[in-house]
Order: sequence, then structure tokens, then C-alpha cells
Amino acid sequence: MKRFLKFLKGSYLGLVLFFMYMPIFVMMVMSFTDSRTAVVWNGFSFGAYADLFSDSDVKEALVTTLVVALVSATVATVFGTATAIGLHSMKKKRRAVIEAVTQLPMVNPDLVTGIAMMLLFAFIGLRQEHGLLRLIIAHVTFNLPYVIFSVMPKLRQSSNTLYEAALDLGCSPFQALMKVVIPDIMPGIVSGFLLAFTLSIDDFAISLFTGGTSMNLSMLIYSKMKKGVSTEFCALSALMFLVVGILLLIVNMRSIRQEKQAAIQEKKVMRKA
Amino acid sequence: MKRSRMAYPYIFVWMPLFIVAPLLFVLYYAFFRDGQFTTDFVVQVFSDTTYLPALLNSIWIALATTVVCLLVGYPVAYILSNMKSRSAALLSMLFIMPMWMNMLLRTIAWKILLDDSGIIVRLLEWLGMENPRLIYTPGAVLVATIYDFLPFMILPIYTVLQKLDRSLIEAAHDLGANSRQTFLRVVLPQSVPGIVSGITMVFVPSMSTFAVSTMLGGKNVMLFGQVIEQKFLIGNQWGVGSTLSLVLIVLVLISMFIMRRVERDTGSEGGTIW
Repeated sequence: MKRFLKFLKGSYLGLVLFFMYMPIFVMMVMSFTDSRTAVVWNGFSFGAYADLFSDSDVKEALVTTLVVALVSATVATVFGTATAIGLHSMKKKRRAVIEAVTQLPMVNPDLVTGIAMMLLFAFIGLRQEHGLLRLIIAHVTFNLPYVIFSVMPKLRQSSNTLYEAALDLGCSPFQALMKVVIPDIMPGIVSGFLLAFTLSIDDFAISLFTGGTSMNLSMLIYSKMKKGVSTEFCALSALMFLVVGILLLIVNMRSIRQEKQAAIQEKKVMRKA
Repeated sequence: MKRSRMAYPYIFVWMPLFIVAPLLFVLYYAFFRDGQFTTDFVVQVFSDTTYLPALLNSIWIALATTVVCLLVGYPVAYILSNMKSRSAALLSMLFIMPMWMNMLLRTIAWKILLDDSGIIVRLLEWLGMENPRLIYTPGAVLVATIYDFLPFMILPIYTVLQKLDRSLIEAAHDLGANSRQTFLRVVLPQSVPGIVSGITMVFVPSMSTFAVSTMLGGKNVMLFGQVIEQKFLIGNQWGVGSTLSLVLIVLVLISMFIMRRVERDTGSEGGTIW
């Protein structure tokens, strides 16, 4: 009975995994088809990859995506951390109001945020030609809340006594901030940055309405897709899948190794005791 | 030094300019034309017969997606959370990994699969079905939406279940509860926060999605998000578009409000168990 239950659980997980990976797998296979559209198999070819690497639009969109992600995540991290530190030392009632407004870009559908930003840019006269700047401002706007809300809990956990001790020992408030507070909340800052970076790379709806003449990868895929599914997309997703998979595997391996080391340490301590 | 000053640039410049002002512009365009107050757009939105079906389509797709994701995702999260840590870490990574793949590319995968000359149609023909049609149907949009958002349901539930205090389950067993009672009265109430954040992470974006229906619904399945997109990017009808966006905002606020209530109510109910 127990064995049967285990088998049932395993096959359920397998079934869901099949649903999740079968489309990706089919895309990877189709990236090697020798035809222009990705629907029919016409024999093996690297044509899709050749098309992809010689496509200047793709290259340009990739650069735009990475620049916007890097700049917006960095700005949001620095600005968001400073804001979180400031908010942390404010009175509870006032802070609650500001936190509620800060949550708006997280709560609103991306579509609405994108449209709202587009209307603002039209009003202040930041025109379509400045697509890169428009994209960066829009991305910082939706990234900031995520940074603020991943730094805030770390601030709540850290105690004020270390900061005060640093001041007593002769640090200026700025030095104390940089040498004591920032290292203490570093995990929150790092996870805020990573979240901002990945959200920016993934974004589609907000970019679509604010990008103007600059196109990121999502916008390019959306505009090209209307002309039919070319095999280029399959090659692109196969490559993206590989990159994401390898990155996640590295992160995961590191955490598993740390877990192992922690377990070994624990055993040693136990033995000594 | 007053540290609260570090938040001033955000509070007094960024927040009013880039969070509050853009939303006020949506409100302005919905109710003003050439600087004059008007209710024309509101009347137009509620009297035109093309918007309501799209809205109902969106609500239907979002509800169905949320329910299916919850029913499929909860058991996955539950099984994963009960596994030994090392294999669970690797497996849960597999379940969450598609989240980091571009959503448009993942949707395109379904366009390939469901195409009239794609594998699934061929398979159905081989099984004896005549002229099976999958793409450009509501079913196609639904399947792809479920596919896109399933990881967003699994992750928050898994996170909550993983942190669940095992001794509570042991205590329930010691006190004579069978597995079913333990699940219904201990595990499930404790996992409500995960379920609530999963539902919000699936319902809100699937309510406003437009890329999926553009790709897989064609002209047959119009979603509300798609109508709004076209008003701004093709039609240049900012007034109607803004009014439709307001409808969407109100719907999202209502659903958020309901979810908060559910979380609070079950929270207090969870309390009465003790």
C-alpha cells in the first residue's frame, strides 16, 4: 500500500513535469528542422541557429534587454536600499501609507502600469525616440517596490545596537551606515537586485507600451510572431532554456554543497558534545 | 542625523511623479476630453456590445486558470514538501524553472503544438478524428494560460508548506487524528497564506493577459487585455482605452479585497482550532 502510494505520487509528479516540459522539448527539437516554419519536420539542419546569429534585430534587442535590465536593476537597488533605510526609521503610520502606495505597481496588472507610464511620457514630452530612457524609467518604477520590500525585512531583523556601537566608537553616521548597516542587510540587497534584474529581462507588457523605438527581446518576439512562427524562435528558446538551466543548476549545486557542509559541521559538533 | 531623510527623494519626487501621476492620467483620460469633463467614454464602454463579451471571456479564463492551477499545483507542492531535502531541492527547481523562461516563447511552443499540421492534430487524425481543430479556440487559450502560470501557483504554496512545523503534524497524529483529518485541519489551514498569494499571482495577470489570446485565440477569442491593447497601440482611442483600464483596475482591487478577507477569516478560523 505504501509502495503503491509512493508510485502514485511519483507518476503524478512525472505527469505534471511532462506537461511542463513537453512544449519546451518540442521547441528544442523543432529548432533543428530544415524548414522556415517551426511546425513541420523536414530533416536536420542548423539553419535556424545560423538565421538567429545573423539577425541584427535580435542582436540589437538582446543588447537593449541587457542594458535596460542592468541599468534599471542597479538604479533600483541603490535607490531602493536608501529608501528602505529611510522608511525604516519613520513613524509607523506614515510608513504604512507610503508602503501602500509603493505596492501599487506590484498589485496593478502590467498592462495598466504600461499604459499609465505611456500617458505620463506623452504628457511630459519624453518622446518615442528616447525609447531606451523611457524603458529604463518604466523598469525602475516597477522594480523599485521589489527591492524595497526585500530590503525592509532584513532591516527589521537587524538590531540598532551595532549601529549605535559604531557611532560610540567614533564612526561618522555615514561610516556607520556603510560599515555596519549595509553589510548586515546585504542578503536582502542582493536578492532585491536579482529579482529586479530577472523581472526586467522577462518584462513584456510594460515595455510594449513604453519602449517606443527601442525594442527589447519580448517586444521583438511579439512583433515578429504576428508573421508566423519561424524556427528562429525555437533556436532562441532552446538557447535561453540552456542558459537558465545552467545558471539555476549552479545556484542549486552551491546551496546543496553548503547544506552538506552544514550537515558535516553539525555532526562534528555533535560528536564533540 | 535623521535617517528618514534618505527616503525623501523617493517619497517627494519618485512616488508622486512615477507611481501616482501616471494613474491619475488614466483617470483623467477616462473622464476628460480636450479639458472638458465628459461621461461619454463611460457610457460608450457600458453600452457597446463588444466590450462585455471580452470582459466575460477574461473573467472566465482567469477563473478557470486559477482553479486548475490550484487543483494541479497544490498536490505537487504538497508532495514536494514531504520529500527528503536533497531530491526535493532539485525537483522543485525543475518545477519552478519555466518561470524564468520568456513567457512569449513558452506561448509560442503551444502555437507549434496546436497548429493545424502540428503533432497533436496529426495524432488525433491518426486516432480517427476528422478535421480536429485546436488552435484559435478558447481551449487553446486556456491551456496555454494554465501552462504559463502553473509555476506561480506551485512556488508560494511549496514555500509555505516547506516551513510548516512538522511537530504540529506529529501532535495531530498523537492526538488520534487520521491522515485525512490531519491534512484538512492542520496542513490545509496553515497553507492558506501560500494559497492566497498563489491565487493572486495567477488570477491578476491572467485576467489582463493579451499576448496569449493574440497568439492562440486569433479573431475567435478576444480577451479584455487585448481590447485595451488595441485601443492604445492600434486605434489611438486613449479615452475608451483608459476607461477600460479603469474597469480592469476596479476588478483587480475587488479580487484583492476578497482575497484579503479570505486570508483574514481563515486566519481567525485557524485560531479557533487551538
